[in-house]
Amino acid sequence: MPPCADAVGSLSWLARPALQSLLDELTARGHRVVGPQVADGAVVYRDLADVNQLPAGWLDEQDGGLYRLRLDEAAGWFDHVVGPHSLKNFLFPPREPIQRLVREDGTWRETLLPDGQQPLAVIGVRACDLAALRVQDRVFLHGAHVDVAYQSRREKLFIVAVNCRRAAATCFCHSMECGPAATHSFDLALTEAGDRFAVEIGSGRGGEILDALATAGLLTPCTADEAGRVRAIPRDLERAMHARVAEPGKPRPRSLDTDGIRDLLYDNLEHPRWHVVADRCLSCANCTLVCPTCFCSSVEEVADLSGDDVTRERRWASCFTLAHSQMHSGAVHPTVASRYRQWLTHKLAGWIDQFGTSGCTGCGRCITWCPVAIDLTEEVAAIRESASP
Amino acid sequence: MTSTHAMSPPAPDTLQANGPRHSPWQLHATRIAAIRTEAPGVTTYTLTFGGHRAQRRFRFAAGQFNMLYLPGIGEAAISISSDPESLSGIAHTVHTVGNVTRALARLEVGDELLLRGPFGVPWPLADLRDRDLVLVAGGLGLASLLSAIAFCMTHRGDYGRITVLSGAKTPADLLATHDHHRWRDHGIDVHGIVTNPDPRWQGPVGLVSMLLDGLAIDPDDTSLLCCGPEPMMIAVAEQATARGIAREQVFVSIERLMGCASGLCGLCQVGPFFVCRDGPVFSYDRIARWLAVPHL
Repeated sequence: MPPCADAVGSLSWLARPALQSLLDELTARGHRVVGPQVADGAVVYRDLADVNQLPAGWLDEQDGGLYRLRLDEAAGWFDHVVGPHSLKNFLFPPREPIQRLVREDGTWRETLLPDGQQPLAVIGVRACDLAALRVQDRVFLHGAHVDVAYQSRREKLFIVAVNCRRAAATCFCHSMECGPAATHSFDLALTEAGDRFAVEIGSGRGGEILDALATAGLLTPCTADEAGRVRAIPRDLERAMHARVAEPGKPRPRSLDTDGIRDLLYDNLEHPRWHVVADRCLSCANCTLVCPTCFCSSVEEVADLSGDDVTRERRWASCFTLAHSQMHSGAVHPTVASRYRQWLTHKLAGWIDQFGTSGCTGCGRCITWCPVAIDLTEEVAAIRESASP
Repeated sequence: MTSTHAMSPPAPDTLQANGPRHSPWQLHATRIAAIRTEAPGVTTYTLTFGGHRAQRRFRFAAGQFNMLYLPGIGEAAISISSDPESLSGIAHTVHTVGNVTRALARLEVGDELLLRGPFGVPWPLADLRDRDLVLVAGGLGLASLLSAIAFCMTHRGDYGRITVLSGAKTPADLLATHDHHRWRDHGIDVHGIVTNPDPRWQGPVGLVSMLLDGLAIDPDDTSLLCCGPEPMMIAVAEQATARGIAREQVFVSIERLMGCASGLCGLCQVGPFFVCRDGPVFSYDRIARWLAVPHL
């Protein structure tokens, strides 16, 4: 009888090295397993075969335009927070063929693209990115049209979430009510405690995997007291995030006042602040690339030399480019100010009208990866400070 | 807007009933049945579907648009300019201004043309029964209204007075002048105006808003449908509301860059709206606030 693996919401203990068995089990069941690893100076998602590839002991220091990794002997396997990658990179890939047409005798025929989507398992997903997943689900699954490729990948996705034990200065999931506790949308959730993980079952599929680990004798029961202490870890962090204050010489801890934010932005579309931020903004699109919810795309025609074999490739697009709004009469958003305004008001206001949710989850990536350290929490605060009524 | 980029769309329920429900990328194959030059750089393509069944299945409402697609080149959003109840093909009136429309101009009668659609919110003609209609077009903006005019001729008894005001730069740019007598035969009043007259022009000279100025209307009973360049639509809509027509009874068709045409790609946003899905036809009370902000 598996100790605790019989119900959604239940917790069991898994010794840290036994996480390898979880990876192996997912691989054996046909998943491509990816997880966080240190590469190119950041923690990014890569194919993960061995737990030794995980960024054990690495901590990330993040601030506006700044991301640095350092080793800390006291750090666990998952005490980094979020790097530049998110689930978006996999579910809504940067480039994806959506259609192929072949012309024969003057007539075009659509050719089916190979499906070949191996089920994906992602290890180490944080609460902010689970929230982003729910946002993208609304965009791609619950609108007038369903994005079939997204749907196929989404249905097969297996998520092993991780509860954060620390927050970067750029993290403000607490303001967006998106974290730091992973409360739903996962199959399994890990909370690191000493040299073991508390594993929570989030779905029937998660339960099946845990059953297999239990059968192998890898799980030990988690008492009610222990479960309470485990669940307190992200809750305590959330309280701490609300209580954070700026300290001299340290990155300012971010938060965002979301009170009435939709109307605040709609009522201040001609606020002078848009021009202040435009003086700094390089319109480089980094923020839209690292944002886990940005969903704009365009379709490119990729033809062979004969012109008779055409693949249509969907690529990420960004509202920071002129091409995003280019008509024969000119670009709708010709200035950097108009493009930054489009991004910020869509993210924090338009999204609410369109999808019933903010487009921001407080992950802070747009702050960290902005080359000139533009900070949306600061921009909103500046507008709020001198807002039109 | 003008018909070359993005344009026209219908009530959400129409979209549900007739639009591409599964994949917005689903293509329809058509053949070019006729090509007619309307004005310098403006051409009407009449397209037929392979067989009556495909033709019947392709239902649209006046004001909706299609994405015309040339594989390897790209797509252009073009409003449908023909009678929505005709089963003898659909028409698109196109201004040759970009990559796709230039490639389109190289096609000949009998060539295949792929399209996706129909997309968008149409003119709300079903809601305007028993009302007087003023249809105001600027240049190629008339293309989107031609479909509405055809519908009104068939259902002439359902509407009160109908007036078409059509403005263009030169007399040669005025579209569908050969149809004016047919409209008049159906009791539709038509007035043209140009900003750059030629020696033969005997009509009024100026902006189309001047025609609206001189038109006697009963504001409580009048609905105004407007399609043209955005500054022109704003001017006409403001003038109409100043004349006492309710903002809810003024409708404009907005043009933006269209990608997927189905609210998934994010390119065509105006304020909280996706123009492809929530428009392109908007009542002025919903859209005025967003059109008033430069570069939004």
